[in-house]
Amino acid sequence: MYWFKKEQFHTYKETTNGVFGLFDTPEELVHAAEKTRDKNYKGFDCLTPFPVHGLDDAMELPRSGIPWISFFMGLVGCSLGFGFQYLVDSVNWPINYSGKAFNAWPAYIPVTFEITIFFAGMSAVVSLYVLSRSNHAFRKPLHPEITSHRFALWIPSTVPNFKQDEVVNFIKSLGAKDVTVVK
Amino acid sequence: MSMTTLVKEKLGIVPLVEGGKTYKQVTEEILKPTDSFPTSLWWKAFILALTVTIVDLGIIGYLCYEGLWILGVNNPVGWGFFIVNFVFWIGIGHAGTLISAVLFLFRQGWRTGINRAAEAMTIFAVLTAATTLIIHIGRPWLGFWLFPYPNGRGPMWVNFRSPLIWDTFAVSTYLSISLVFWYIGLVPDIAALRDRSTHKVKKMIYSAMSLGWVGSNRAWSHYEIVCMLLAALSTPLVLSVHTIVSFDFAVSILPGWHTTILPPYFVAGAIFSGFAMVVTLMVIAREVFNLKQFITLKHLENMNKVIMVTGLMVGYAYGSEFFIAWYSGNEYEGFAFVNRAFGPYAWAYWIMISCNVLTPQVFWFESNRRNIKVMFIVSIFVNIGMWFERFVIVMTTHRDFLPSNWALYIPTFYDFAMLIGTFGIFFTLFLLFCRVLPVIAIAEVKTVMVQKEGVKH
Repeated sequence: MYWFKKEQFHTYKETTNGVFGLFDTPEELVHAAEKTRDKNYKGFDCLTPFPVHGLDDAMELPRSGIPWISFFMGLVGCSLGFGFQYLVDSVNWPINYSGKAFNAWPAYIPVTFEITIFFAGMSAVVSLYVLSRSNHAFRKPLHPEITSHRFALWIPSTVPNFKQDEVVNFIKSLGAKDVTVVK
Repeated sequence: MSMTTLVKEKLGIVPLVEGGKTYKQVTEEILKPTDSFPTSLWWKAFILALTVTIVDLGIIGYLCYEGLWILGVNNPVGWGFFIVNFVFWIGIGHAGTLISAVLFLFRQGWRTGINRAAEAMTIFAVLTAATTLIIHIGRPWLGFWLFPYPNGRGPMWVNFRSPLIWDTFAVSTYLSISLVFWYIGLVPDIAALRDRSTHKVKKMIYSAMSLGWVGSNRAWSHYEIVCMLLAALSTPLVLSVHTIVSFDFAVSILPGWHTTILPPYFVAGAIFSGFAMVVTLMVIAREVFNLKQFITLKHLENMNKVIMVTGLMVGYAYGSEFFIAWYSGNEYEGFAFVNRAFGPYAWAYWIMISCNVLTPQVFWFESNRRNIKVMFIVSIFVNIGMWFERFVIVMTTHRDFLPSNWALYIPTFYDFAMLIGTFGIFFTLFLLFCRVLPVIAIAEVKTVMVQKEGVKH
């Protein structure tokens, strides 16, 4: 059955110690990420100034599950929007408008539609906020140039078999320009 | 343009960012206006817009004190300038969503150069439109009555069969979705601003606004999907908003308003006027902030094509309305249209026709589509024409079924003050935006740049 998987809701992992190397082009980073994956450093991360194609595969990240959340919240919004109007006009405050049925539902479509869109859109945004851990606004960036023009490979100390010297040499062997240890 | 460049452009080889820039140069050049002291030109424009806004706020205060009688509204024309301004500004907003959402779904790479400014324009235009609506209530402090909320007046709710309530829901959903879409796009760029600012207070403000964005691919993979979702949701939303705005007219039973052509006609008109406004703003912004290599002639030419196409649609709608008024054989409908074109407001009707249908025809020629002066003048004309389109629609109900009820709508000083005031509010917000936030979506522009020969990201 086509259904969502738990891994689709992967989150940004806050890690403070580790080693990062900087690359100048997105291609270099994608190659480096593939090698890091093959080395089985689970939980490594790539930091880039813009979304880079191919990185998701290189990092073995499944397609985001947010569309599922958005879809179900859209359904919720749709039922709430329609149900509310139905209850107001048919149960709580029935008023005779030129002899029409109390539950003249076609008139409810515009508001139902808008509320569906509102719920679907806002739930997607809130999910992004939660999954990218945006509540921690003052986290320290690794390097100021990552948001501008450099591409970082970050291997935190939480990966399996983390040995600092080994990791530093590994990142150097991938062709990184600067390799920095964060403690 | 030489033949080879033309061929290259058709094949998509001509870069969307000119000048063979590196990623670093892109960041620096786009963010430059945010960390240098504003130019005297910016200050002049800002002080002018701010003065207009402050005077407008004073007049709004006076209007609330006196009541709506100081305006030109009367019995046959109960809506007046406010609704003209409302529909005009909502329409302006639609181009921003079209560029950010519809062109995104169609994978039009050229949108990245202009989408940030166009989305900002959407938000400020919708805010301006909402302001005119709220003032038009007459008692703006009771504006929340538009929403259904639990109250102590026994069971009492809004009328969900009223197009005005549909409008409330449509505009507020549109504003909130556009706002989050714009802000999500801004987050990576604000992070770039944060990382390069050295001033302590500035850094703190940008840090708080960047929501801790560090560029992790684990976040990017969700981010891209959310952008796609919002684009997919905004596309039907933007169509629904102007459709519902047109329902304000079409659901009534007044001849001239009660027509089924109104929704598509309004949507086409909204995109038409909105693109004209984007061209006006972009021609100025690329000059003032030196962004000619990001907002290239190719971007402007594409927008001019959209202006021409939507201009033709609007022209077709004008013709079709007239034809159906005659073909239906309904004498009231027929009278409404003859009165539009040859009655006391004929001057407004013909301004509308000449600005909206005739002027965009110059864009059949490539030399005109790529000429900054020509497109600037045409875009101004289209804006004037589209304001008059709404004027014609609203004002020509001044002769309804009862000849004893006929009157003219004669705008007063306060009507004009409100109209000028809306421009003040819009430009104050837009100039502030250009000053503190990047006018071009840096992260998105980088994805369409060609770094090496033949390699695209």
